[in-house]
Amino acid sequence: MNLDVRPSYAIENVSKTYGGRQVLGVERLDIHPGEILAIVGPSGSGKSTLLRLLNFLEPPSGGRIRYGGESFEPNRDVSLDLRRSVTTVAQRPVLLNRSVRANVEFGLRLRGRRDNVSDVRRALDKVGLAAMEGQPARTLSGGEAQRVALARAMVIKPFVLLLDEPTANLDPYNVTVIEEAVRRLNTEEGTTIVLVTHNVFQARRLAHRVVLILDGKIVEVSDAESFFEHPKDPRTAAFVRGEMVY
Amino acid sequence: MLDAFNLIFEGSSSLYEIVLLSLRVSGIALLLSTLVGIPLGAVLGLGRFPGRQLMVAFMYTGMGFPPVVIGLFVYLLLSRSGPLGQIDASWIPDLFTPGAMVIAQSIIAFPLVAGFTMAAVLGVDPGLRQQVRSLGATDWQTTLAVLLEARIGVIVSIIAGFGGIISEVGAVMLVGGNIEGRTRVLTTAIVLETRQGNFDLALALGAILLAITFVINVLMLRLQGKALNE
Repeated sequence: MNLDVRPSYAIENVSKTYGGRQVLGVERLDIHPGEILAIVGPSGSGKSTLLRLLNFLEPPSGGRIRYGGESFEPNRDVSLDLRRSVTTVAQRPVLLNRSVRANVEFGLRLRGRRDNVSDVRRALDKVGLAAMEGQPARTLSGGEAQRVALARAMVIKPFVLLLDEPTANLDPYNVTVIEEAVRRLNTEEGTTIVLVTHNVFQARRLAHRVVLILDGKIVEVSDAESFFEHPKDPRTAAFVRGEMVY
Repeated sequence: MLDAFNLIFEGSSSLYEIVLLSLRVSGIALLLSTLVGIPLGAVLGLGRFPGRQLMVAFMYTGMGFPPVVIGLFVYLLLSRSGPLGQIDASWIPDLFTPGAMVIAQSIIAFPLVAGFTMAAVLGVDPGLRQQVRSLGATDWQTTLAVLLEARIGVIVSIIAGFGGIISEVGAVMLVGGNIEGRTRVLTTAIVLETRQGNFDLALALGAILLAITFVINVLMLRLQGKALNE
C-alpha cells in the first residue's frame, strides 16, 4: 500500500448475500480521501453491511472494493497494513473490561506501540475524558463509553474512520462532543469519515456528501447541499422531508 | 487428631517426598492440560467448523469421565503389550513411574480446562471480536483479546482442572502403583495408611492435601480478584 497518498475507495458492483438473500448491491461508489460521507437510509437498508465491507471485516459476495492499490474480493483478503488504516466506531460501544486507558491504548498495543502515554491522554482530551483515564470502563455511562470508543479509534490515526450510528440514543451534550471531535479529526488530520446514520439532521451538520441507500441499493449520491436542498430522486426528497417511514 | 498434627509438624523425609511428588505430578499435569485445554477451549468457543459439535460432546463426556477408567486406558496403553508400551522411545514413560501418572492426570484435567474455557469464551460479548478486529487485530491477537476478556472464567477452568487431579486417587493408583519412594502421592498414601489402620497418619496426610488445595485456590482467587476489581 502506498502510504504517502491517502487512499480512496472505489466500490465496483459489490454485493453481499446472507443465506441466499441479497442485502446489498452497489454498482458504483467512490469515497474520496479527506471527505465526510454520510450514508443515510432506513434501518435494515444495508448501511452497516456496507461499513463492514469497507472495514474489510467480511468479504463481498461479488464485485470488488479497490483501496490503497489492493482489491478486496470474494476469497481474496487484504494486507494487514491496509486493514489497519481503517477502523470502526460501532453504535454500541464494546469496551474491554479494563481501565479507560487500557481501552484507548488497545489499538496502539496491537501495533506494538507501548510508549503511548501522551497519545492516549491527547485522544481522551479530545473527547473530554482526560480525567477518567484510570477509571474502570464498566463504570462509564453510555455517552462516556461511546466517547472512549471514539478516542480508541482516533488514537491509532486511521486514514478512514467508519462511524455506525455513533450518537444513537445519546443525550445532546454527548452528541455535541462526538460531532465536534469527528469534525476536528477530519479538518485537522484529514481523516476520511464515513458516517452511517438515519438522522438526517446529523448528516446535514457533518457531511460533505450524502448517499441514500434503500433496500441495499444506492438511490442518490450528491454533495450535502444538493442532497438536502435540491434532491433529484423523489425518494430522496421524501426521506429528507421525513416522510419515509422507518 | 493431636497425633496427626504432631506428625505434620515433626515432619519426615518420606512425608516431604510424598508431598513434593504430589505437587510435581499434579503441577506438570495441570501445566500440560492448560497448554492444550485453553487453546482447544478457545477454538471450540470461537470457531465454527464441521465436527465442532461432536468435539464438544466428546469434551463434555471427558469432563465427567471416571478417573479410574482413564487410569485403566493409560495402563493398557503403557503396559508392555500395549500400543505405546511396545515402542522403545525415551519420551514414553513406563508404567509405575511419575511420568505415567502425569499422563493420566493430564488426560483427566484437560477436558475440564477446555470445557470451562470454552464456556468462558462463549460468555464474552460477540461484538467484541468484531470490534477488536476492526482496531487492527490479527486472528491470533483477536483470540488472545477474547481470552483475556474471559480471564475470570479461564482461571476457574484452571482451578477446576487442578481440583480434579490433586484429589484424584483411582488413576494414579492404577498407573503409579503406589510404590514407596517412587510413585506414592498424598491420595494413594491416605488409602494405604487407612487400610493399615494408621488413621493418625492418614488424617495428617488428608490435612496436608486440604491445605495445599486451599493455598492454591487462594492464589487463584487473588489472581481472579485482580481481574474482578479492574
